[in-house]
Amino acid sequence: MREIAVVAYSQSPCVADAGATNEVELIMPQLQAVYSQLGLASAQDVDFVCSGSCDYLQGAAFAFVAGVDALGAVPPIKESHVEMDAAWALYEAILKIRMGHADSALIYGFGKSSPGELPIVLSQRLDPYYLAPLWLDTVSLAALQARLLLDQDLVSERDMAAVVARSRRNAMDNPLAQLAGEFSIEELLAEEHFVAPLRRADCCPVSDGAAAMVIATVEQARAWGAPYARITGIDQRIENHNPCLRDLTDSVSTRQAAAAAGVHRGPVDVAEIYAPFSHQEILLTRALGLDDSTLVNPGGGVLAGNLMMASGLSRVGEVFRRIVDGKAGRGVAHATSGPCLQHNLVAVLEGA
Amino acid sequence: MAERAAVVGIGQTRYKTRRNDVSIAGLLREAVDRALEDADVSFADIDAVIIGKAPDMFEGVIMPESYLADALGAMGKPMLRVHTAGSVGGSTAIVAASHVQSGTFKRVLTVTFEKQSESNAMWALSTPQPFSVHLNAGAGGYFAPIIREYIRRSGAPDDVGIKVAVKDRRHGARNPLAHLQLPDITEQEVRDSMMLWDPLRFLEACPSSDGACAMVIAAEDSITGSKPPAWIRGVAMRSEPTMYAGREEVNPQAGRDCAADVYAQAGITNPRRDLDCAEIYVPFSWYEPMWLENLGFAAEGEGWKLTLEGATSLDAGGDIPWNCSGGVLSSNPIGASGMIRFAEAARQVRGDAGAHQVDGARLAMGHAYGGGAQFFAMWIVGADKG
Repeated sequence: MREIAVVAYSQSPCVADAGATNEVELIMPQLQAVYSQLGLASAQDVDFVCSGSCDYLQGAAFAFVAGVDALGAVPPIKESHVEMDAAWALYEAILKIRMGHADSALIYGFGKSSPGELPIVLSQRLDPYYLAPLWLDTVSLAALQARLLLDQDLVSERDMAAVVARSRRNAMDNPLAQLAGEFSIEELLAEEHFVAPLRRADCCPVSDGAAAMVIATVEQARAWGAPYARITGIDQRIENHNPCLRDLTDSVSTRQAAAAAGVHRGPVDVAEIYAPFSHQEILLTRALGLDDSTLVNPGGGVLAGNLMMASGLSRVGEVFRRIVDGKAGRGVAHATSGPCLQHNLVAVLEGA
Repeated sequence: MAERAAVVGIGQTRYKTRRNDVSIAGLLREAVDRALEDADVSFADIDAVIIGKAPDMFEGVIMPESYLADALGAMGKPMLRVHTAGSVGGSTAIVAASHVQSGTFKRVLTVTFEKQSESNAMWALSTPQPFSVHLNAGAGGYFAPIIREYIRRSGAPDDVGIKVAVKDRRHGARNPLAHLQLPDITEQEVRDSMMLWDPLRFLEACPSSDGACAMVIAAEDSITGSKPPAWIRGVAMRSEPTMYAGREEVNPQAGRDCAADVYAQAGITNPRRDLDCAEIYVPFSWYEPMWLENLGFAAEGEGWKLTLEGATSLDAGGDIPWNCSGGVLSSNPIGASGMIRFAEAARQVRGDAGAHQVDGARLAMGHAYGGGAQFFAMWIVGADKG
């Protein structure tokens, strides 16, 4: 199988409200950034483009079509789109390169969630006959999951506050983060519950922004002369979406994806875990089989800023960045989708 | 470099205006169960599930792969949801094929659907957006001016669209799954039907359908089922922006490039001669002559002559029958319509197309387009490995 590497990555700042900036305007600076990392002029200089977005964030059918305007697709390009986080667009692009129909690919994801009430909007992702009519929002679902973990003594509220404190502290060195600062566990525990047992700080913020990445065969990466990190494993698995029909205290699909991606075949220096709620970081760290030797979410993770439809791709990008910066030799990126971690993707990246 | 892959199972629902008797999952399962049976496999034999549909607003279910994972036997497996506008049915088949052609998986299930009766597609397409031209007319209103420009340029007589409308409905009458069953339709009837978007009359437009189409795609060493496989001989996709200065909207560059790419892969130099039949996305009658030219079956300005000669008609014994299944003009569950084209091309080369079979078909094309005729997906399937 062809060896594939991440060669460029950029993410916008996570902002609570991008104002009048539209989706194309959110995407374009990130595309320009990855082009400049490689000396490319436009999407014409890669073989394939794949994006991830969600119509319901924008409130329009075919919202992604406008994204094509950001690409300079004249003459026409080879392009595809997933109605998923762009981490799955990365997955599609990898298949395209493996089959030999491309040597390089541009991937991007974007979301402008601020115009709507995201937790309520996403309730319409649930089973349309039994769950969606309840308008069961994503925060309430996560709270149910946290309650199960607390009641079974698998996690404590103190553990959750510790995750938040570390995220906020790590984010102080991350200029793209939305939430950062020095908070003690006691301070965090003194806050009121928001949707019990979750406090506001246990929940990721809603952010607007975009991320872009370029991947290529290792041969192409060398030809471009840019630093790169090899994707040595990638896998994704889904579970039943009904929260009553799976064990919410574990993430079986993450375990499956981690095993198939080969997480355990070497040391894991860094892990970027897509955990929109504090208890989920603990749960996922266990499901990925990581121990104290792994640095988890050194930029604060999505608790410091969560770009719907792009955060999963960004997890991969953040691991890439640490590897090419020489701060890690081997890392794991995780992306999630669906209520209570229903669908999970795991990628392993290693230095050149 | 791509691994060989073939369609080994196909399943479709009957297409109709409303399927109030089944849930969304139930609708998909009808197609999926038939595809699995056709391939003689069960969910346990499937490595990954790839689904596609047009905008989520058509049913009001956001990212429905979440809800459908269970019903589609995807639990514990990789799942992907493709969305590329009207071309999505074709794109989904191509993405599904890439799971096998990349050497990553042995056998995948792919399914596309639309349950249009859950909403009103035309209005779902018309939500106003800031700083954008507000289109309050649905797809027909968008394409009508482009069709008028085609007529002006080519000098085609005004009954070409009517002839396509009659031909595809007569084809559809051979296909028991087709939504519209109009075996006795006449040109006069089409001419007398209400003008919707000049020059498109009611009977020159596709219906609004509920339905699903599924396929099982397998690697060369994992072929199953009693019917011959349809070997995938070429796959291609192209996109261009909806609008840009100087854009050729009648004969889009993206369509021409996509066709050239897929023909090169399959060794096709003259599509009219080399192909035995084609399933081409024609949601409005006039798109047959327009695509005949765009896809190189006829010279520019000459496509309408093939239609008038009967070259694309199974009933007239044409040399290059188009849309023997009845096409999009007979059934249009939007998100599935592209995959139906791809699957019907595969049925032809498997010799399994029933009353709309083209005798001895060995090489066929499936085609889908979407957006403002800017997204294209095409594949060539053959009875031979190539």
